[in-house]
Amino acid sequence: MVEVKLENVTKRFGNFEAVKGLNLNVKNGEFLVLLGPSGCGKTTTLRMISGLETPTEGKIYFGERDVTYLPPKDRNISMVFQSYAVWPHMTVYENIAFPLRVKKYPKDEIEKRVRWAAELLQIEGLLDRYPGQLSGGQRQRVAVARAIVVEPDVLLMDEPLSNLDAKLRVMMRAELKKLQTKLKVTTIYVTHDQVEAMTMGDQIAVMNQGRLLQVGPPTEVYLKPNSLFVATFIGAPEMNIVDATVVEKEDGPYLEGSGFSLKLPEDFKGLLKDYMGKEVYLGIRPEHMTVKGVSTLEHVSKSAEMEGVVDFVEALGTDTIIHVKVGDNLIKVKLPGHIPLPVGDKIKIEVDLDNIHVFDKKTEKAVI
Amino acid sequence: MKDETVYTLKKIGFYTVIFTAVAWILIPIIVSFLYGFTSKADYYDPHMVIPHHYTTEYVRVILFTLGAWDGIKNSTIVATLTIIISFILGIPAGYSIAKFVFPGKDTIKLSIIALRMFPIPVMAIPLIILYIRLHLADTLLGVALAHTAMALPFVVLITSSIFSGVSKEYEEAAMVFGLTRLGSFLKITLPLALPGLAAAAMFTFVMSWNEVFVASVLTLTHRTLPAQILSIMAGSSGGAAPDYYKFAAAFIMTLPAMLFIFFARKYLVTMWGITLK
Repeated sequence: MVEVKLENVTKRFGNFEAVKGLNLNVKNGEFLVLLGPSGCGKTTTLRMISGLETPTEGKIYFGERDVTYLPPKDRNISMVFQSYAVWPHMTVYENIAFPLRVKKYPKDEIEKRVRWAAELLQIEGLLDRYPGQLSGGQRQRVAVARAIVVEPDVLLMDEPLSNLDAKLRVMMRAELKKLQTKLKVTTIYVTHDQVEAMTMGDQIAVMNQGRLLQVGPPTEVYLKPNSLFVATFIGAPEMNIVDATVVEKEDGPYLEGSGFSLKLPEDFKGLLKDYMGKEVYLGIRPEHMTVKGVSTLEHVSKSAEMEGVVDFVEALGTDTIIHVKVGDNLIKVKLPGHIPLPVGDKIKIEVDLDNIHVFDKKTEKAVI
Repeated sequence: MKDETVYTLKKIGFYTVIFTAVAWILIPIIVSFLYGFTSKADYYDPHMVIPHHYTTEYVRVILFTLGAWDGIKNSTIVATLTIIISFILGIPAGYSIAKFVFPGKDTIKLSIIALRMFPIPVMAIPLIILYIRLHLADTLLGVALAHTAMALPFVVLITSSIFSGVSKEYEEAAMVFGLTRLGSFLKITLPLALPGLAAAAMFTFVMSWNEVFVASVLTLTHRTLPAQILSIMAGSSGGAAPDYYKFAAAFIMTLPAMLFIFFARKYLVTMWGITLK
């Protein structure tokens, strides 16, 4: 177990800059999720931590040790690959025992540890089989067992669940998280699935186009996104983003846009003082709104209203997502339960003002 | 026409094509195997298609009196040497082409094949002059080197296709779990590529085994099997040999290669990178 530190790490492939000046700290025993769309540099970052790639610039530290140019074998790390990379010409036992054999553990110790890891991942019955005879989920377990058997300093996982079917993925998500909590190994987990990131990470690091945008605990990244990208990337259904203008009137500040005019409390005035009369992006999560007369917002101190027409209703069973036409904007509202509003109905939407987000139109950075 | 009739006709057409294709290959083999063992009287009897009396005389004469047995030994040595040399040179090349990105990769790939465009007779005379100077003429190593030159392009291309079939992550996993790049190649990639490499070896073996021109030009006393058979049959020992000797010679030439391919069959699919799990 060790702390991982990345200092100004940049990686170029020819002219393409995959990772740009990345600074990141992963504390001892922490589960950090690197989250981002495909091609954002998250896998490259992970591969640099593993030693399979070398940074073009910058340094990587494991604790006090500078590992930037160290080959993977000297880093005492483990990795779970996206394709599992369980060697097909070895039995499950041999696969799991491999890291121990390379590190020249005594025979009985190997036996003991392989049994321990296999038991932990519930694959004791499969030890004599070849990977070709296993299902995807079982192969995944073998890959994880092989990764934890040596008690690595750092455990790296590259989209380990993306090849599993939906049901198995949910199950393995919980299992991997529990396993990590038990082993207390510093873990860096790469995924493009924001649900995985939210449910598994102690910390989430959101990346886009080679840059690290925000690092924080899941709730913080979710509730206080620092940029438009983070705001829209995390959360399903996606956060509503509409064009708006900050307007100052006699009775206080307003956010106005096509078909709505939200009256804001006085204390927003200070936050928005540089934006008076300017255009901004207004962001509201679907679950931070409700339809008046259908349900009410709970624990909300400040709210405002907008009017709209029901355009479409997605009934998901546990939730209902109502698409509402407000002026030229299409806004999604998520309500708990089954709420069969007729299409074409005129409704009033109540917005939780504590949870609205305002983004600068140019920099796309969060203002509120 | 009724659907049923159409179906039947289609089926007949299908089997006719298959039968013709199989017969095309099989009949000459059967004929040479049959007449290579037919007694002289039966062979010259115009009323007899399937002979009644058989003899192993011609095969024995060719093998032991006329030196084909030595030819078999020489051919085996040459083919083995060819495999060894072309693999030592070809595997690293194939691996690099499969796993690394480097400038001029496509040009190199193309020029590897392009070398095979030169007709061998054109190169044979300069080659033998060079060989005489290097004291390689009439040696098995010399023939093996020439065969290596012929087989190498295929070895490179085949092995590169085999190696690119072995997922990069297998090797990376081995490196993460404590091996060097070379170690992970030897312990992971090579065993996984082995069936394919075996197929490539068989391909090289058969190629060397069947090659007659270069072998005939470069050797005189140390002839490989095809070169030896050619010189026997074409009549270096006074006039062309009788037909049944030719058939027996064809049998001797074909059998080892056929047996070889028969056992290699399983791997041949792998060789082209179609299945590699």
